[in-house]
Amino acid sequence: MNLYDIIFYLFAIITIVSATFVVFTKNIVYAAYNLLLTLFGIAGLYVLLGADFIGIVQLIIYVGGILILILFGVMLTNKITDVPIKSGVLQVIPASIGVGMLAGILILIVTNISWRNMELTVPESTIGSLGMLLMNEYILIFELLGMLLLIALIGAANIARK
Amino acid sequence: MIFDYISSFLGAIPAAVIAGLVPMVFIIPFALFAVYWERKVSAHMQDRLGPMRVGYHGFLQTIADILKLIQKEDIVASAADKPLFNIAPVLTFTGSYAAFAAIPFSSAYIGANIDLGVLYIIGVSGLVVAGLLMAGWASNNKYSLLGAMRSAAQIVSYEIPTVIVILTLFSMVGTLNLYELSELQSSNMFNWMIFGGTVTGWKKIVLIPLMFAAFLIIYLTTLAEVNRTPFDIPEAESELVSGYHTEYSGMKFAMFFLAEYANMFAVSAIVTSLFLGGYHSPFGYLGNTIGITWLVPIEQFFWFAFKGIALVTVQMWLRWTLPRLRVDQLMVVCWKYLIPLSFLIFLIVSLLMVL
Repeated sequence: MNLYDIIFYLFAIITIVSATFVVFTKNIVYAAYNLLLTLFGIAGLYVLLGADFIGIVQLIIYVGGILILILFGVMLTNKITDVPIKSGVLQVIPASIGVGMLAGILILIVTNISWRNMELTVPESTIGSLGMLLMNEYILIFELLGMLLLIALIGAANIARK
Repeated sequence: MIFDYISSFLGAIPAAVIAGLVPMVFIIPFALFAVYWERKVSAHMQDRLGPMRVGYHGFLQTIADILKLIQKEDIVASAADKPLFNIAPVLTFTGSYAAFAAIPFSSAYIGANIDLGVLYIIGVSGLVVAGLLMAGWASNNKYSLLGAMRSAAQIVSYEIPTVIVILTLFSMVGTLNLYELSELQSSNMFNWMIFGGTVTGWKKIVLIPLMFAAFLIIYLTTLAEVNRTPFDIPEAESELVSGYHTEYSGMKFAMFFLAEYANMFAVSAIVTSLFLGGYHSPFGYLGNTIGITWLVPIEQFFWFAFKGIALVTVQMWLRWTLPRLRVDQLMVVCWKYLIPLSFLIFLIVSLLMVL
């Protein structure tokens, strides 16, 4: 077990344990903070896979932006933690059939696909090639996404004015 | 770098632990000194003497304070949310400590020489915000919650002009690596980014005022990100007691304090490495002149710490000079002035680089 294994298992455990907490906790603020840990763990896994830019963008956008907004919303709502969150067991048979089928398909896919085995190398930084691709091959999609975000921004500002 | 060196004779896992602890050796003495320094600066600006009793001119005052804080009872308010209340100081400090991994202290020491250094620092500073919100919410106190809210709103809005200014620099030099950026600003004071970097000719003359403005913008926004005056409404004593750490006592309070001072140095270090030449000396190195090469990294560390502490001193100076902004003024400054201005600088600089 070398250093990278330890780091991988650390991040994997963080991700899985906190994700379970997000699902099972009844306190919505705890759920939000566990979501922070989940997103953080996923960012770590991205970095271990050699996708440094995606890992850091994950941190900036999800942890620094979206999660903070969620927390904001949760905390601005007064007494939200006192609201009883309804959770019980409903429709056991259809649910277990559905989940079982999904799990079966996922396991089939994971075991049957011949995954490409990569040589273990020190990954290169991805940002240069990523920028080249975005600015050359995918420039149209990139611009369209920018337009989409701008429209969303203007729409949000317009709704907020009313 | 330091990791490779230690792992060559200790193995990878102990080396990772040791290399991870190195910035601590700097942060704790720095925080001790900075607290003392802040009290002295404020005292002398107000025609007082400040702490004078413990040691020469009160030099050991902070150590005495820390000893006192360690002995304090650890009080958790009965209506507080205990787990979150206890985790919050740790999370806040983790965020500010993680930033030190990518800061180049000298050419011989940079924790992780990653290509996305600055973006990484911005990313992990999100943890600080989460920690503050956690502290404010878990305290179950209106003042705390309000302080945490204000702090989060402020940090999230002021991150935008910071990132635009950083983007401006990257469009100039084409690297996001703080080590490479520092190396680009070597050999001469006028190669510092605040003087337009390594660009020559008429472009440099046009760039100098733009870069000065960019430097001021990033300095102001980082000031807001560490909640210092004039942007200290999150802990405005006159209205909110002391914001998110109202309920904290003893070592947990000390931890927030440590995180705040670590953050102050971290943002000053970022501004230093982006604009003020990083660890490079403005004059050249004594070690090179007299032929002792191992002296150069030590001198570089001295210059880096010197520039960082100088900027921290300016933060203190501003704190004791300016009144704080109101909430609406704060948002107006950010959204109506700093963001358009930084966009304008970004556009002009990009245009100049294309020409």
